[in-house]
Amino acid sequence: MAATQPLLALRGVSKSFGGLTVISDLDLHVDEGEIVSVIGPNGAGKTTLFNIITGVYRPDEGEILLEEQSIVGLDPHQVTNRGVARTFQTLRLFLNMSVRENVMAVQYGRTKSSPFEAMLRLPRARREEREIRQRAEEKLSFFGQRLVGYRWDQPAYSLSYANRRRLEIARAMATEPRILLLDEPAAGMNPAETQEITELIGKLREEGRYTILVIEHDMHVVEGISDRVVALDHGVKIAEGSFDAVATDPRVIEAYLGLRKAETK
Amino acid sequence: MADELTPQVPPDQPRIGVDEWVASVEGKRERYRGPVGWLRRGWDTAPAGARLLAFVIPAAIFPLVTTEGNLFRYGLITLLYALLGLGLNVTVGFAGLLDLGYIAFFGFGAYTYGYVASVHTGHHWPAVPAILLAIAVAALIGFIVGFPSRRLVGDYLAIVTLFFGQAFVVFVNNGDRINFWPFNRTDLTGGANGLDNIDPLKLFGWTVNTTKEYYWFTLGAFLLVIILLYLVSESRTGRAWKALREDPLAAEVMSMPVNRLKLMAFVFGAAIAGFAGAIYGSVQTGAFPGDFDVGLLITIYAIVILGGAGSLAGVIVGALVVNGVPELLRDPNQAEWVFYTALVLLVLTKVRPWQKLVTVVGGTLALGFALVAIADAWFPRWTAGEPNTGKLAHWVSHWMLLPSHATQIANWAYALTIALILVLTLLRGWWRTIVMIPTIYVGAFAWENLLVEQTVGATRFLLLGALLVVLMNARPQGLFGTARVEIV
Repeated sequence: MAATQPLLALRGVSKSFGGLTVISDLDLHVDEGEIVSVIGPNGAGKTTLFNIITGVYRPDEGEILLEEQSIVGLDPHQVTNRGVARTFQTLRLFLNMSVRENVMAVQYGRTKSSPFEAMLRLPRARREEREIRQRAEEKLSFFGQRLVGYRWDQPAYSLSYANRRRLEIARAMATEPRILLLDEPAAGMNPAETQEITELIGKLREEGRYTILVIEHDMHVVEGISDRVVALDHGVKIAEGSFDAVATDPRVIEAYLGLRKAETK
Repeated sequence: MADELTPQVPPDQPRIGVDEWVASVEGKRERYRGPVGWLRRGWDTAPAGARLLAFVIPAAIFPLVTTEGNLFRYGLITLLYALLGLGLNVTVGFAGLLDLGYIAFFGFGAYTYGYVASVHTGHHWPAVPAILLAIAVAALIGFIVGFPSRRLVGDYLAIVTLFFGQAFVVFVNNGDRINFWPFNRTDLTGGANGLDNIDPLKLFGWTVNTTKEYYWFTLGAFLLVIILLYLVSESRTGRAWKALREDPLAAEVMSMPVNRLKLMAFVFGAAIAGFAGAIYGSVQTGAFPGDFDVGLLITIYAIVILGGAGSLAGVIVGALVVNGVPELLRDPNQAEWVFYTALVLLVLTKVRPWQKLVTVVGGTLALGFALVAIADAWFPRWTAGEPNTGKLAHWVSHWMLLPSHATQIANWAYALTIALILVLTLLRGWWRTIVMIPTIYVGAFAWENLLVEQTVGATRFLLLGALLVVLMNARPQGLFGTARVEIV
């Protein structure tokens, strides 16, 4: 489909837990600069897909290529260092660290100074520390008024739900990924906040130049952001294409609403 | 449909909403009042160097104003405990690993130093290489234990390390007759008798001999370690440790090699324990198996948890309390002051509102004076006992019944105190206030007639236990810890 090699490609990936097949023979690709949405009913295997890409689970079969290099079998932190960052559907912030520390901590993989260099305050440790702080502030500034300066030193648990979602995105950005995986970024948000997230994802691509793979249930968000939509059901890709094409695909409607409803539509 | 979704306020403008409310609540919680609040705010905003000075200045003055014995009991031992606490604070406080074999690393440090610098083996290394070797051995053993267990979490790590700690005691008890190649009939540890006649530290021609010199040396070692640890805790490694304590999976996915970081924290803790062990071995000129048992482990855990896991300042305060209070209580006269100060503070801070406070204080005083007056008039035997020496005991004798031959009745009073405290926990409102009056009086009665005479023995540990219970109830996060939020 794509003329150049895709940034991220999954070829024939399968994963089962015991007798339950969660992902089955899945092909998926994301090109540089694209925003691809993954939709599907609950239990379709969307979050498992993210867990497989980031190395939390190892696929039973198939290969995952990031810029044509296999990332299967790497530990999650190695995958992240190759340029894949994610957010979590159920937020997983470092709640008792400050907002700024959350974004500083995740730059561990980008920096090299050893604890001994930190003890002796050698030049490299000092320089890296400065860069870490600078990058953290830069990423937090991306969210403008939402995560403004006075909140940076507050513990993450004092943030509102919507701001925690924003902090998760800032944290993922701070690992300087090639591709961002967003797991339901608009879940639990009110309409105004949902609208804002839609604009934010657009801004992430325009200004941050990130390639984005996003799981989302809110069809308004999916419609607003997607270059391409992939629909999953029971771990199988049932449709792929533009939002309009996928949203009207009878198999997608069947997966969401059931067979009878699909026939009467 | 689309109209409903259009936000009412443009998203790039700040709004007064939930976020600000949460922030303000947080602000209020952090705003402490009164002199304690003033101190806390000062502490929180002070730079790290100033906080360190707040410890260093009193610590430097202390040896100039005290006796040799007090310097040893209050100063040197507290510093050694605090140094041990710093190491445990890395493993438990920073990285959140439940390491129950920690004392074994302390033991390896002491035995290694003893092996290379004592009459026992005939080696007499100077301090610098000997201490470095002790640190290296402890760190290496930490690595050997930590490497296979780095994937273990929580309880499982606790079981493995607890076993290791016990295995260490067995090992040193039997290490005097190791008999396989290349150790043919080697005496490594001196067995149950331990290593004795360990050399004092020899530093570039200066031999550390007196308690005062050991105090200065240990203070220097402690300052070195706490400064280095502070620098590490503010670095990428320190943040990664905190992150993996919060959420190991998120830390791993966010580019932190969790297993390696855990191992690193484990080895760091072991190395510091080895350092403390080498000093300890030379301070008491010996290393004996009984010194490295579970009792010490619990003491060090109490220090770290009381001070607030993860807080460097907390380790110092924890060591002062856990070591200082039982020492203070050795002398009945001092114990008297400690007891009544703690009692008054407890009542003043915990009984609210003021009507209840007045009732409790007034009621307890009135009850005491009334009972003494009645006894003086009709039952002289009940005030025939001798008050202890000391000013405070003399004042108290006007208020407290002091029967002659009080042991039997004081035993009953002691049991009754416990029963009354249990009743107190079941009561609410004014009933609790009213029952509090006899509880305090009976408790003080048991103290005056029974416990104060046994302060050298059981009483001080009893009181230390009570103090720890009260402190941890008042501040579950530890004295210098920050309240941790698990789920919000």
